[in-house]
Amino acid sequence: MDEALWGSVLASTVRLSTPLILCALAGLLSERSGVVDIGLEGKMLFGAFAAGAAGAVWGSTPVALLAAMAVAVALSWLHGVACVLYRGDQVVSGVAMNIIAAGLTVVLGIAWFHQGGQTPPVATAVRIQPLWPDAGQTLAQFGRLAGVLGDGVLSHSSLVYFAYALVPAVWWLLFGTRFGLRLRAVGENPQMVDAAGVSVARLRWTALTLNGMLCGLAGSYLVLAQSANFSHNMTAGRGFMALAALIFGRWHPVGALGACLLFGFLDAVAIRLQGVQMPGGAEVPVQAIQALPYVLTVVLLAGFIGKAVAPQALGRPYTKER
Amino acid sequence: MSTGATLPRWADLLLLPVVCLGVALLAGAAVVALVGQNPGEVMAALVRGAFGTPRGLSYTLYYATTFVFTGLAVSVAFHAGLFNIGGEGQALMGGLGAGLAALAWSAALPAYAMLPAMLVCSMLLAMAWAAVPGYLQAYRGSHVVITTIMFNFIASSLMAYLLVNHLRPRGAMAVESAAFAESARLPSARDVLGWIGVDWPASPLNASVLLALLAALGVYLFLWHTRGGYRLRAVGASPGAAEYAGIRSRRTTMLAMALSGALAGLVGINEVAGVSGKIVLDFVGGAGFTGIAVALMGRNHPLGIVLASVLFGALFQGGAEVAFDVPGFTRDMVVMLQGFIVLFSSAMTYLVAALLARLLRLLGPAKVRHG
Repeated sequence: MDEALWGSVLASTVRLSTPLILCALAGLLSERSGVVDIGLEGKMLFGAFAAGAAGAVWGSTPVALLAAMAVAVALSWLHGVACVLYRGDQVVSGVAMNIIAAGLTVVLGIAWFHQGGQTPPVATAVRIQPLWPDAGQTLAQFGRLAGVLGDGVLSHSSLVYFAYALVPAVWWLLFGTRFGLRLRAVGENPQMVDAAGVSVARLRWTALTLNGMLCGLAGSYLVLAQSANFSHNMTAGRGFMALAALIFGRWHPVGALGACLLFGFLDAVAIRLQGVQMPGGAEVPVQAIQALPYVLTVVLLAGFIGKAVAPQALGRPYTKER
Repeated sequence: MSTGATLPRWADLLLLPVVCLGVALLAGAAVVALVGQNPGEVMAALVRGAFGTPRGLSYTLYYATTFVFTGLAVSVAFHAGLFNIGGEGQALMGGLGAGLAALAWSAALPAYAMLPAMLVCSMLLAMAWAAVPGYLQAYRGSHVVITTIMFNFIASSLMAYLLVNHLRPRGAMAVESAAFAESARLPSARDVLGWIGVDWPASPLNASVLLALLAALGVYLFLWHTRGGYRLRAVGASPGAAEYAGIRSRRTTMLAMALSGALAGLVGINEVAGVSGKIVLDFVGGAGFTGIAVALMGRNHPLGIVLASVLFGALFQGGAEVAFDVPGFTRDMVVMLQGFIVLFSSAMTYLVAALLARLLRLLGPAKVRHG
């Protein structure tokens, strides 16, 4: 393999992992506070739609980002009304989010843009451009490794670096601040938090709000950086993959980052191995590589490679009277 | 999913689902109005498309057949305290089982042997597919919601791999298996009604609809009139108490998931043996998720599930018809409505129940107090 290939695989890995990271961190915040989030997929999809629609209509990147975050936060709050306020089933509510998003984005897309559910492409100026697109070529003169790194790591847009910077930020938020301590406590033992005089509901609402903002960013990344418009079901299971990644990363930001990078790498490799012959003459089973993230997560959950322990109070609505 | 003692039983069982459906329909109507169409007109066209013609009715019942299977699958697991989101993947495996049996033996076997063989194979493969998450939940503590989601993706990858690399006839472009021989096809409603001299339009409705009714009856008898069903519900109500009563809760958990999977697998019979006559990619098309909505609407009772399945069948068929009549209307509207129904008939049911209880108290205070 030559360095151009390595550079491009590395670049694809970094790119494909970005929405996973944003989404996995979103799910992580919510699940650490004890609220199951099956609806990541739906929130990301609706965020992508909002970014595409706002970007195409108003032609402004900040407006598109804000619209995506606002819409995803609204869905998060709907989830909150259902499961924090009214103590409904969190899994069912998440499933509802996904189905509503899958249907409503297309309905609104057709009604507003008449393009079969797509949004018109956003202008190049609105899209988030790589900061240093020819980093690979520029750095190649300093040696092959520099070229690969330039191509793979330094050629991305600001949103990509922002997503990666969020990993230590969320880590610090969870493990370095008083808010984080309380958030983790509320996911493990809400009675204790309540007894200490801290509002369980307020912490969960805060977590859900942050969750929505990150989901919105993940969705807008798909529209503003990866492709140029919204199309039907464009998240294509990424929300579920992010959910798998956060579980595979054992509900820890750094673990989730590792899982996202691994899943992104598998995705990048699977695209390139399409139709490639193995030494035996058979084709590489691309579907096996695509299914690998889910298989790995199941194996981890089954406790065969270490143990993934979910927050204790995950999925349980909190009732004060008990 | 009881909503507490604030509602009298009749209201909890009958009124609440209807009101939840009403709220969901209102939310759907609001969106329809928002995108500039007349909700009343759409609703009328939808009902006409679903029930107005023999052909429409056949399609409605055909969709309902699939939803009965997935709805029963979700509810059996639910009665054991498990949330099976894996109906989608289990249904795929059911179709694969039926299809593999048909590809292997349909040229040699007559229909009276072939069709039962397909039935058994579809149920067995889907059962095995669901039993793995069941085992992992019971014995390894892995949460069944997450593992069944993962198994959905694994199933669809497996299906794509098998169809693209092995089952597709050489040189064929379409990603589907070879067609089965005639013995592996279930008689359609047109065939059956033709035998008794009724001229019925051609449609995908087939003999599986009877299988669906049998399955609903079977689930009812199993859950409420057998020891196994009692054990299953006991584990669902309280695993600890069931364990003290001498019920092996782990084994029951696995049994519930296996049974749930087998029911979802029957979708394969309706789609593969009843309609397409070959294995096609993605023949489930979200029916596994619709099963969740159906089970919630039907309050996890087989009779309720049959009624809710007809409702959803009508929505899907009627929605397809409206899409022809009303420009700008698509079936995604129905998908959205399905999401609203899931949201309001379960997650938001406490909100609706609280409002309803207040309303009932205003209307007749004496009746409500002993609910």
